Amino acid sequence: MTEKKIKVLVAKPGLDGHDRGAKVVARALRDAGMEVIYTGLRQTPEMIAEAALQEDVDVVGLSILSGAHMALTPRLMDLLKKNGQSNVQVFIGGIIPDEDVQRLKEMGVRGVYGPGASTEDIIRDVKMSVAG
Amino acid sequence: MTSFQAILEGDRLALSRLLTQVENDAPESRAALIELFPHTGRAHLIGVTGAPGTGKSSLVNQLALHYRKAKDKRVAVIAVDPTSPFSGGAVLGDRVRMRDLAGDPGVFIRSMATRGSLGGLAQSTANVARVFDAAGFDIVVIETVGAGQSEVDIARLAHTTLVVEAPGLGDDIQAIKAGILEIADILVVNKADRPGVEATEKALKSMLELAHPARRVFRHHGIEMETPLYQVESRHPLWIPPIQRTISIDGGGVPELVEAIERHASYLAQSGDRALRERARLEAELEGLIREELVERFRREISAARYEKVLEQILQRELSPGEAVKLLLNGRFK
Ligand SMILES: Nc1nc2c(ncn2[C@@H]2O[C@H](COP(=O)(O)OP(=O)(O)OP(=O)(O)O)[C@@H](O)[C@H]2O)c(=O)[nH]1
Ligand SMILES: [Mg+2]
Repeated sequence: MTEKKIKVLVAKPGLDGHDRGAKVVARALRDAGMEVIYTGLRQTPEMIAEAALQEDVDVVGLSILSGAHMALTPRLMDLLKKNGQSNVQVFIGGIIPDEDVQRLKEMGVRGVYGPGASTEDIIRDVKMSVAG
Repeated sequence: MTSFQAILEGDRLALSRLLTQVENDAPESRAALIELFPHTGRAHLIGVTGAPGTGKSSLVNQLALHYRKAKDKRVAVIAVDPTSPFSGGAVLGDRVRMRDLAGDPGVFIRSMATRGSLGGLAQSTANVARVFDAAGFDIVVIETVGAGQSEVDIARLAHTTLVVEAPGLGDDIQAIKAGILEIADILVVNKADRPGVEATEKALKSMLELAHPARRVFRHHGIEMETPLYQVESRHPLWIPPIQRTISIDGGGVPELVEAIERHASYLAQSGDRALRERARLEAELEGLIREELVERFRREISAARYEKVLEQILQRELSPGEAVKLLLNGRFK
């Protein structure tokens, strides 16, 4: 039997233009031995949840710079639950005000990272979240 | 209810989880593969290969759209990308080009990394395709980057193999990889909106002519005769890979490509080729499994210490490897 790989979906919801940050994280996770499905720009919560379902991922990582995190995240969490994937761990990277970080965590978001976060921290947290 | 029954009833999460088990070669997947095997053999498997960046994923997106809209077929896509040999991880990015397929329950896209496999497919790709087949997908499209051995793997698995070229990659014959004609059932010149399509097409045509001379001369009762190509084989004509132009950013040429795929499918059925390929494929699988099973049994029965001792004797030239095999097997696997 092959060793179980950690599968991560990296998505860029919202309308803001570039995905440099998301790509950096995607490559860092790959270099940590994970299988990263990269879905590109302008993903709706529906598209992200559908991809998470088809790919049977352990983790979804969102890169949100547009400030739309409070609109997009609850919708995604609902869809994941509806699809029977409440086990999927959700991480968010972006510019998120402190007061929102707490609310996102209450919604079940596992980790929130600002622009200065180190990829080592992200990798460690992702691994830990999947281990249990 | 077993996972397979749930899948037949359209449970996409059950399908997705079974794909993961199959990919990991998990014990549960073995039972499921046995249960679903009688339901396989119906889907048409289309392989899509070609150099990086030629537009394979964009083409798969358009193909799937056409099969959904004009043909009412259910489409599964398996997009294979290489595993990094350094980290064992992978970035699988083909979905980026397939966003038009989002929200359609008649489509299922699954990305796969090659993992330990040396070729362009993962060890489990054939079984993943089999799960989709049993789950009722009419068309299973498998995308893989063309590099060396991988093209042979995809051609062996798929019923119809598309080799995708694009203008501007160096359009002389040398630049177009030798060997693709052996695996291509259809040659696609994608990015036909770009300058240089004619040159690419011409290069492909001259390669085809080298491989399939337009007329053949043969002797019949000492008389030299010439036949047009399409009568070379008495029972059925030869399949000459057609060259199809496509524009995958807007779908141009895709209906014609799908017609060509359908012509190839009926050629396979009428010529008996489909049955022959199927037989060769299943036989190779059976042989492989027998070999694996025998080696496993051998390892179970022979202790590591005994094995080491015999190996040492071989090193000391007390035994030849051939004698050692006889000794170790002791007449067990005759
Ligand atoms: N002009 C033009 N561009 C195209 C066409 N098809 C694809 N492209 C572009 O070519 C680039 C590569 O397309 P992909 O579909 O990702 O190519 P691919 O062969 O799947 O790439 P890999 O999976 O990385 O090997 C993208 O920028 C596409 O938008 C086409 O018909 N015309
Ligand atoms: Mg691709």
